[in-house]
Parts: sequence; structure tokens; C-alpha cells
Amino acid sequence: MTYRTIRDLPREELFAPGHSMCAGCGAAIAMRWLTKVAGRNTIIVNATGCVEVTTTQFPHTAWRVPYLHVAFENAAAAASGVEAALRVLASKGLRAPSGEKVVVVAGDGGTYDIGLQSLSGMLERGHKVLYVLYDNEAYMNTGIQRSGSTPKYAWTTTTPVGPHIKGKVQWKKDIMGIVLAHRVVYAATASIAYVVDLANKARKALDYSEEGPTFLHVLAPCVPGWRYPENKTVEVARLAVETGYFPLYEWERGAFRLNPPSNTHMDKSRRRPLKEFLRLQGRFTHLTDQEIAEIEAELDTYWNHLAKLVQAYGQ
Amino acid sequence: MLAGLQRGARERAVWRRAGLTTNYAVAFAVKAVDVDVVAVYPITPQTTIVEKIAEFIHGGELRAELIHVESEHSALSAAVGAAATGARTFTATSSQGLELMHEVLHIASGLRLPIVMAVPTRALSAPISIHNDYSDIMNARDAGWAILIASTAQEAYDTVIQAYRIAEHPDVQLPVMVAYDGYLMSHTLEPVELYREEHVREFVPRRGRRNVLDVRSPITLGAFATPDNYYEFKYQQEAALRNVEGVLREVEADFAARFGASYGPLEAYRLEDADYALVTYGGAATGNARVAVDMARERGIRVGLLRIRLYRPFPSAPIITALAGVKAFAVIDRAIAYGSPAPGPLYKDVAAALYMEGLTVPGISVVHGIGQRAMYVEDFYGVIKMLAEGASTDKVLFLGLRE
Repeated sequence: MTYRTIRDLPREELFAPGHSMCAGCGAAIAMRWLTKVAGRNTIIVNATGCVEVTTTQFPHTAWRVPYLHVAFENAAAAASGVEAALRVLASKGLRAPSGEKVVVVAGDGGTYDIGLQSLSGMLERGHKVLYVLYDNEAYMNTGIQRSGSTPKYAWTTTTPVGPHIKGKVQWKKDIMGIVLAHRVVYAATASIAYVVDLANKARKALDYSEEGPTFLHVLAPCVPGWRYPENKTVEVARLAVETGYFPLYEWERGAFRLNPPSNTHMDKSRRRPLKEFLRLQGRFTHLTDQEIAEIEAELDTYWNHLAKLVQAYGQ
Repeated sequence: MLAGLQRGARERAVWRRAGLTTNYAVAFAVKAVDVDVVAVYPITPQTTIVEKIAEFIHGGELRAELIHVESEHSALSAAVGAAATGARTFTATSSQGLELMHEVLHIASGLRLPIVMAVPTRALSAPISIHNDYSDIMNARDAGWAILIASTAQEAYDTVIQAYRIAEHPDVQLPVMVAYDGYLMSHTLEPVELYREEHVREFVPRRGRRNVLDVRSPITLGAFATPDNYYEFKYQQEAALRNVEGVLREVEADFAARFGASYGPLEAYRLEDADYALVTYGGAATGNARVAVDMARERGIRVGLLRIRLYRPFPSAPIITALAGVKAFAVIDRAIAYGSPAPGPLYKDVAAALYMEGLTVPGISVVHGIGQRAMYVEDFYGVIKMLAEGASTDKVLFLGLRE
């Protein structure tokens, strides 16, 4: 099925209110839409992080579906165990099969960095699990430290802006490239500002997870970490896409496709100026025009890479 | 009478007698209890367990999912996921692998998951050593797992079977480690009597566990606890672990009735009238100490042997009873507790147990067999002579150390 408008999305709320996520939290928005699409027949395996600590404070929980948190670096391994157990218990007649979906929820620290090994293991072994990365581009839960996902020059508490070094030194890691190298059946980027696109991708990723592991990379802006007003989350997320900073695309059965509006952004003149995305965020206020130009050049390189993917694998 | 009954039960229960390494005996136990999920990463000297289990699964003899994880950390993490979903779960490791798992050891016990893990023990790096001692298990002793240390292949086989009954017991709901000497047992052939699998499965029945991940009744596992609640979780965990000694006795009584064998939390040898005692764990140290005890007895020294089988929870009461009457004892440790009041980890436990009872029996902390340094019967005989002569003022002995 395809969701055509936001009205097509399930009404039922499986991510309950009353959690302690920040006002305007991008990850909270992602969790709400994800659980709506996944439905009740879902088991969530969550890595340590913002979502975990803010949604499971005993004796409360925001999860109306079964939920497991083990540790930071091993959500993919724990989910592998859940999925294997469901399969073998059903085949041995020890548990009534209900076709449950197993969904990992992990942040960028738990995916790009400390959890990369267990993610790779899960993808390589072919577990039937959807892995959802909510990417807020730093270790927000521990107080905004730099991760492998933090963009170059961004301020974090471990990449402060000083007279000698200004912000992060390295570029953001290409996590989608790493995931695609595992030849998964379905992987996509998505944004909380494009809910219908996100919901359809989650739906597809869940469906394809019957064949093997699938991956969803959701950009989830962070109010305290990116330093913007809490009513601007969706706007920041939308500008990330409209400026070409975070292109929306999907990899489906060996085919590569850019999704609207990113499908028009191969032509750079169709992208909004990167400055519009950067200037809303306190983590970038120190940038010089030269540094912005450098980031733009790096983005152009990335877009050239995407163009080659379209050329090679586009439909 | 009872012995006769037990012999009869054993004859009915035994399927076949085989020459097996302890690792293979453990794999046969895993098959016998009909484990559902196995997550293991290769490490010496554990590896032959998972190789044998893979043979069973690929040969169609065991219906289980073997998860070929990419590290021991993921091995135990996958085991946690599987056990949380209600599967009967097994893993195994040694040495560095157990160290890499360490974080998840505490999570498995904190989540009260009945995972069983075999640990053929091995020395820790650096310098790297693939040989046997008990440094790995001693570093894991306070992780909230029940720990049983076997001394023969047969006992390891029996203990893995019992471990599932203990782990899944409603008063316990905790993971259990079954440890034994790496190489000296893991790779050494011994005669083992394997039981008919239907008998084993009757002994370890499937009890529907509550609190598993199930979409029909959603629960949150692995919640975040503030200072208002954390302590109560951890206290309940400690209380549950303390139930293990009683549960072990109950489980062993049933095991004895069905299979004609029992071991208890500790094993006493020639201790009834003993003036002196050696205290050991594992296979090689116990076997050699037993021969040394016989030698000493032949020469008129009244000495006995106490082997600790249940290491966590520590069976203080029977140990106090066993040692209260001796004039002096020596604990043979196969690990070093660096910088501790005494270098022997078990020695510290025994000394603390006696002290808490108000007893001041003189004891020696003996370290031996580090990195599989050869332990000779004469070494242990020498310790017994020291105890008997009462001349030594040494409280600490590093045996077998090259001068």
C-alpha cells in the first residue's frame, strides 16, 4: 500500500505522550510516525541514547509495543537474537507465529560509531530486521559530543569553536554507502519534514524486511544540539533537504532513485542556498564564507557521487 | 537402598557411553536440553563446542538457530535478545571473549534472563596465552551470574543440563555459567555417559516464561531506573542469586532420582576426620590434590579435600561446616587477584566466610597453574606437609614459579 496524504496514516498512537523528550525533538517526531506505520505487530530494539532514556523511565514507558533495550553498541546484535528466536520458536511450535516485525531504533552514535560492528554483522547475516537510524549528528544524550555523523565545522562540546580550531575537523561519514555495500534489499534516507515520504519508506522497509535486513536513515534535528528555536525543527529538517544537504533517496532491489524534492536537485540551481539551512543553527554561526564554500564544494562532490549512482543504478 | 535405586535409574536413563572431550560433552548437553538459539563467536579453547553444535544443527539432530555473531559482545547481546523473546538460549566463550562480554554479563543478569554459558577457562592477555587458568571466570564473578565449576566431563555434561533447570526456576530467573579447565578438560577425552534425550527433556520441561517480548502483551525490558528505583532492582537480583544454592539442592535431588548422580554445591573428600584441608576448584587442581591427599593419608597425615563446585552464590554455610573443625587449610587458586589482601580470589571468599562466622582457622593462599604452569602432585603434597608441620609462617605461596 502507498500513503498518499497524511490522512492515510494510521490514527492509532503507539508512541505514547508523556515521555521526557525535549520540546521540538526531531527524534520524537520520527518515533511517532515510525510506530504508526509499523503498527502493533512490532518489537522495538533500542540502542542506548536519547530516545531510550527519555521514553522508558521506570515505572513509565512510552512504548505500546514490546520494547527491549540492552546497551549502546549492540542493538543490531540483540535484534538478531530476537528475530532468530521468533523464527525458531515458531518453527518448533513453541510460540504462535504472528509475523512480528523487528525494528531497531538507534541514534548516530549507536550506528556510525560504537554500533557499526554489530550493524554490519546483522546486515551480513541477513536478519529480517528494519534498522532505523535517527541521525541528530552528535552524541546528544551525553550532552552534544561529536560523532562520526557530525558535519565538518559544526560546533559540539568536544569540537568547540576556538581561535586555533573551529568546530569539527572531519567530514560526516557516508553511512548509507556502508550499508549499501552490504547489498541490502532496501535502504532509504528520510526526513521528518516529509512525513508521507518517510511513512511510505518505513512501510516499504518493513515489507522488504521479510526478505532480509533493511535500513532507514532519518535526519532528526536536535534543538539543544543544533541550537535553533524549538518551533523550527520541521523547518530545519525541510531546509536540510531543500538545500541538498540531506538528499532523499532510496535503494530498492538494486535500483537507485532520488525522491522528491531531491530528484530535481541534480541541477544545483534548483537547490536553495546552503546558507539558509546553516544560518538557522547556532552550531554553524561561526562559519566564514570560505568555510561555507568549502562545505558546498564537498556537497557538490557528494551529489556527483549520487549522479553516478543514478547513472549506474537508476531506473 | 537409595544407591541401588539410583543405579537402576541411571541404567534406564543412559543412552550410551562415549569417549568425549568436555567441550563435546557440553555440546551434547545443549542438544539434549533442546536449546533454541545458540550465539557463539570462535575463541580457543571454546571453539570445539560451537563446532560440535553446528554439526548437530546442520545434521538435523538439533533444531536451533545458530547465530554466527561477529564478536563475543554480540554473542551475548544476541543471546539476551533471544532469551528476552522466550527462547532457550546458549552461548560459550573463554578468556578475552568473556572479557569482551563483560558489559553484557551485567545486563543479562539485570534483565533476569535464564541464559546458560559454558566457559572453558583460559588465562588473560598480556602476555597473550591460550592456556588454562581461571583469571577469566574470576573477573566475571561479581556480574550476578550463578557460577558452577565442573571437574570432569561427565560433571560438565550433567551441570549444563541442571543449569537450565536452575536458570529457568521461578525463584531464580538468572543466567548461569558452567566453567571448567580449558584444554586440561576442554580438549581431554574422558568417558561420559550420555542420557536419553527424552529423559533430559522431561527433567528440563518447557515452562512458559512470563515477561517475554510478545506483541500480545507488550512490555518494556531494559528500562531506565532513577535513584528512586535502581537499588530495589539490584537488591532483588542479589536475593534471587542467593536462592540458587537451595534451588540447586532441589534440582539435584530430582536429577539424582532420574539419572543417579548428584554433586552438591561442594564436594568433600576424606574430610570427615581431617586435621587439615586443601580447598580447590576445577579439574586438574582437584585431581592432583586428591592424589596428594591419598599420599599424605598413607603417611599418617589426616588431610582432606574440599572442592568448590558452586562458586556464585558462595555456599558459605557448608564451607564453614566443612572447615570449622580443621587445624589449618590451604586454598589452591588458579588466578591472581592482583593487589588484594591475598592473591587468591577463592581464598578471600573462604577467609571472609570464616571471619563472618567468627572463626579464625589458619589458612594459606596458594596460587598455582597460572597460564597452565604444570601442577605436580608433589607440589600439593608439599603444601599438606607445611600445614601438618605448622612450621610455616607463610600465608601466601606462589607454587610452581621458576626461581
